[in-house]
Amino acid sequence: MENRIHIPTVAELLAQGEAPDLLFWVGCAGSFDERAQRITRDICKILQHVGIKFAILGTEESCTGDPAKRAGNEFVFQMQAMMNIQVLDGYEIKKIVTACPHCFNTIKNEYPALGGHYEVIHHTQLIQSLIDEGKLKPNDSNEFKGKRITYHDPCYLGRANEVYEAPRKVLETLDADLVELKRCRNNGLCCGAGGAQMFKEPEPGKKDINVERVEDVIESKANIVAAACPFCMTMLRDGVKVKEKEQEIQVLDIAEITVRANRL
Amino acid sequence: MISQLLFAIVFIAAVLFFYKNASKIYRNIRLGKSVNRFDNPSERLKTMLHVALGQKKMFKRPIPAILHLFVYVGFCIINIEMLEILIDGLVGTHRVLSFLGGFYDFLIASFEVLAFTVFVSCVVFLIRRNVLKLKRLNQPELNNWPKSDANYILITEILLMTAFLLMNAADYKLQQLGTDHYSTAGSFPISQYIVGILPETVSSLVFIERFAWWFHIIGVMAFLNYLPISKHLHIILAFPNTYFSNLEPKGKFNNMESVTAEVKAMLDPSLPPPSGEVSRFGVKDVHDLTWKNLLDAYTCTECGRCTASCPANITGKLLSPRKIMMDTRDRIEEVGKNIDKNKSFVDDGKSLLDSYISREEIWACTSCNACVEQCPVNINPLEIIMGLRQYAIMEESQAPSSINNMLGNLENNGAPWKYAQADRANWVQN
Repeated sequence: MENRIHIPTVAELLAQGEAPDLLFWVGCAGSFDERAQRITRDICKILQHVGIKFAILGTEESCTGDPAKRAGNEFVFQMQAMMNIQVLDGYEIKKIVTACPHCFNTIKNEYPALGGHYEVIHHTQLIQSLIDEGKLKPNDSNEFKGKRITYHDPCYLGRANEVYEAPRKVLETLDADLVELKRCRNNGLCCGAGGAQMFKEPEPGKKDINVERVEDVIESKANIVAAACPFCMTMLRDGVKVKEKEQEIQVLDIAEITVRANRL
Repeated sequence: MISQLLFAIVFIAAVLFFYKNASKIYRNIRLGKSVNRFDNPSERLKTMLHVALGQKKMFKRPIPAILHLFVYVGFCIINIEMLEILIDGLVGTHRVLSFLGGFYDFLIASFEVLAFTVFVSCVVFLIRRNVLKLKRLNQPELNNWPKSDANYILITEILLMTAFLLMNAADYKLQQLGTDHYSTAGSFPISQYIVGILPETVSSLVFIERFAWWFHIIGVMAFLNYLPISKHLHIILAFPNTYFSNLEPKGKFNNMESVTAEVKAMLDPSLPPPSGEVSRFGVKDVHDLTWKNLLDAYTCTECGRCTASCPANITGKLLSPRKIMMDTRDRIEEVGKNIDKNKSFVDDGKSLLDSYISREEIWACTSCNACVEQCPVNINPLEIIMGLRQYAIMEESQAPSSINNMLGNLENNGAPWKYAQADRANWVQN
């Protein structure tokens, strides 16, 4: 059994007269989705390993409002946004790391006009900077050595915010056999979850988008497809299941790969 | 003298007619709501130079990019020749710029080479559209007029280039025969090969040369006046449209200020409720779009790179970003004609949403920005789709039931799923 390490909330730190250097914005998927919770815990492991003084909002965190905004409900979005900004400003939060590209995009790009100004990074950017600083180093005999790994660009990290390099740099440290999908970077194909599609049935068509995307993964002959978004994770895993490729293809988040490669 | 007069009349009529139709388009675009795209001129200029002048985004698809580059460069440079044709036509001179000597020969030679590459590229484009039937160029929204429009443009360009080369060939032969008025000028690397098929008599050659000259100039003026009703308008509007591009990250959607005031008043009762009626939330019709959305619609040349990259369209859904732009243009044109007829817009019982764009289309979008990324002239179909969704949700409460459930969960639990906010940090214990 691993040691259970306490994850402090900002409120707890405040009660001790302290403040975090970094707020970890967990997000709804990271909080409630069982698969995404594993990513959440791995991000915490990384933060604790490198000794960053971080905290979560815990029950004070609430949806950023992204799915409401992309569904067209500006009221619900702004309501969520302003309540979150009140909480964040109340704790004088300056720097935020998010596990989800949708949270990342919303807080970074859409909160400032509503009065919320923070330095926001995505966890892949944080991991990359920790590698650059020498604080993370994959084990020489890490389990990914020689494995064929590809990366699926989340739309809200890639095209929306032009973060293409950070996740790739993390994978480059593994000494693995890296391969690009035929549609990658700014030409990447969506997993099918964005724009609130995650929460509804797709419109009639000839195929589901996640299946189309997993076909790209199959074509790449990769054993592992790295994701950087909890919704892409769900979509890709479902697609792999539909294609009955669970034995051949694993879907792992960049944070999970980092934890395993560093044996944290 | 008569021909000079005729030329002047044709020229002035063409310019006036174009001005009339262009100003209608300008008026229609101005029907859109305001949006500030006048900041940061140096960045805007840079974007325009890269994307429109430099064709940067075209090169995502190298083969059509190179063919298009031939047509584009050919079109721009051969139009220098129009200057000479214009002076010759109005003053009655012949090849007035030939005093440039060697440089003139160089110019004519390069026009000829370019005309030939334009000719070949247009033939290849016609084959791609009509013989190879590329999927992107044969999707349902292109049926009827859009398909004909594309072919008319290509055929016109082929005819114009043929006339240009035929004119040079006849001129060249007349020069060789030492005919009066046709002094030796120019260099003819391409048309020299057509000379062989031309008749020998001077009168026939003069007829061919004059006919081709008039055909070319009238063709160009007719083409100019075809632009306002054609997708080919992009040759002009690509420049302002890229200049007025969105310079923010693609993921950043604008916040509605009218909503901000209301939400602030809700959260803080001490604030006075916002005054003034908001006319409408979101987009029902073209009047609710911004002028940039409308400029986008007029700029769209229906190449379909957006649709070919759209995850919804690729997987067989009804949504096609290209159709969103074509519908928007069709509707604003309809509204414009309505205004022409009635002095001001009279309700015609139609709207962009439902009369043109269906609910099924707007709800299929994943907001992935692939269409925005692919567009070679920085058109944004996503913004229009989001505006239509805002209207459907905020004005009509019409959304797929699962979306309404998600929104209900968000309002009650602070998460899109039915989990209590109090359980949000339970993962810490697991």
